[in-house]
Amino acid sequence: MAIPTDTLPKQEVKLSNEEVLRYSRHLIMPEVGLEGQLKLKRARVLLIGTGGLGAPLGLYLAAAGVGHLGLVDFDVVDFSNLQRQVTFATGDVGKHKTEAAKARLSGLNPTIEIETFETRLTSENALELFRDFDIIVDGTDNFPTRFLVNDACLLLGKPNVYGSIFRFEGQATVFGYPGGPCYRCLYPEPPPPGLVPSCAEGGVLGVLPGIVGSIQAMETIKLILGTGEPLVGRLLLFDALAMRFRELKLRRNPACPLCGEHRTITKLIDYEEFCGIRGEEAPPMTNGIPEITPKDLKARQDRGDDLFILDVREPHEYQICNLNGKLIPLGELPRRVSELDSSREMVVHCRSGKRSADAIQFLQKAGFKKLLNLKGGVLAWADEVDPTMPKY
Amino acid sequence: MFVEEGNYRMAVKVLIPTPLRQFTGKQASIECNAATVGQALGSLTGTFAELRKHLYTEEGKIRSFVNVYLNDEDIRFLDKENTRTKDGDTISIVPSIAGGSTEPK
Repeated sequence: MAIPTDTLPKQEVKLSNEEVLRYSRHLIMPEVGLEGQLKLKRARVLLIGTGGLGAPLGLYLAAAGVGHLGLVDFDVVDFSNLQRQVTFATGDVGKHKTEAAKARLSGLNPTIEIETFETRLTSENALELFRDFDIIVDGTDNFPTRFLVNDACLLLGKPNVYGSIFRFEGQATVFGYPGGPCYRCLYPEPPPPGLVPSCAEGGVLGVLPGIVGSIQAMETIKLILGTGEPLVGRLLLFDALAMRFRELKLRRNPACPLCGEHRTITKLIDYEEFCGIRGEEAPPMTNGIPEITPKDLKARQDRGDDLFILDVREPHEYQICNLNGKLIPLGELPRRVSELDSSREMVVHCRSGKRSADAIQFLQKAGFKKLLNLKGGVLAWADEVDPTMPKY
Repeated sequence: MFVEEGNYRMAVKVLIPTPLRQFTGKQASIECNAATVGQALGSLTGTFAELRKHLYTEEGKIRSFVNVYLNDEDIRFLDKENTRTKDGDTISIVPSIAGGSTEPK
């Protein structure tokens, strides 16, 4: 069943001779043909996120001739993005992602319309933004937005082509298809912050979002054409290291608060609060985490203060750069806490200050009192104290 | 002949997702003997104690952002933790992951 793309005012859609030539490899396939290519041309697809997943998505949907593409991203191209966000060139660093992506995609296919939304997706703008599109593709990187995208799609009756990655594993499915499950059927609640390691703390193989994003592009095209079997009710799991695909059944949950029999969610909520992230924005001291800035740490070390440095990052991070601290990765801390001397004043650090804050909370519960979190971690140290230190 | 329930433990494999492998000594799959899914998970968290708080709440319920599958079926739609296992079954732990453009924090 094809997703209706004729909900907007009908206009006579034809292919020019140039387009016939451009899409000839589609046109000669019975599964696409002229009719299918016109469906693609009439389709309006919104990409949330123009990063790792958004890159292959944008490229393949533009190449396929999806007539109207929307790109939503508030971010700017960063040098570290180039390891996987293949729509961007080195010369794009510093530009807004939507602007750089639009340029690249227009170069690939100037016959389609590309609309950019350089904005953060919020409960205030999601419904209005999604309304004009037929299919929403979720290429975001955080839990609050994933719940927001899911809920908005469900409330508007639009399918949500979902893909997500972590290190070398990926997931893909289609949520919000009539009769099929939604994201909340699978995950009614988000994990508390800090309990599931974030991508930043885990890293990712650059090519992984290339594969998963391409799968999302494939599913989007299938939905538009109404061909093949889309991943509705099927969770595709991909393990890149083992090079194995597995599939799990996704069922609609009758008790789902959003799409079940007794719905309790009928409008968009505050997703940051839902995911417990708002609480994290409170000033560190009220959470009981004492801090020290890199400048102050350097000053105290220069003065000869006896400070013990504990580094809670991973060994491969230590090799990139370090402050000569003792390395006990966060995950090993409970097991190895006896290696630490609670009578000494201890500065705990990680890359950006988040893992070290978690470490301090643990150590406080274990009875340590003389603790300081290095505010901003080695990244801030590189900014404030030692510019020769590599940032990663 | 009446076979007492839960008496026969089956050889099952539990697949560990990447985010949790740091708690299982990096192993991606653990073999154990269990008669039910609950027993398999109990055996797992017995061997790898740090895994427990990531799978279970303090009240001993499986966390809602973790899904457990027996072969390809979600145990919530079977008999939950009492779902009986057979020799050669695979139990998958599927946590929610969110990475897409991985902005560092």
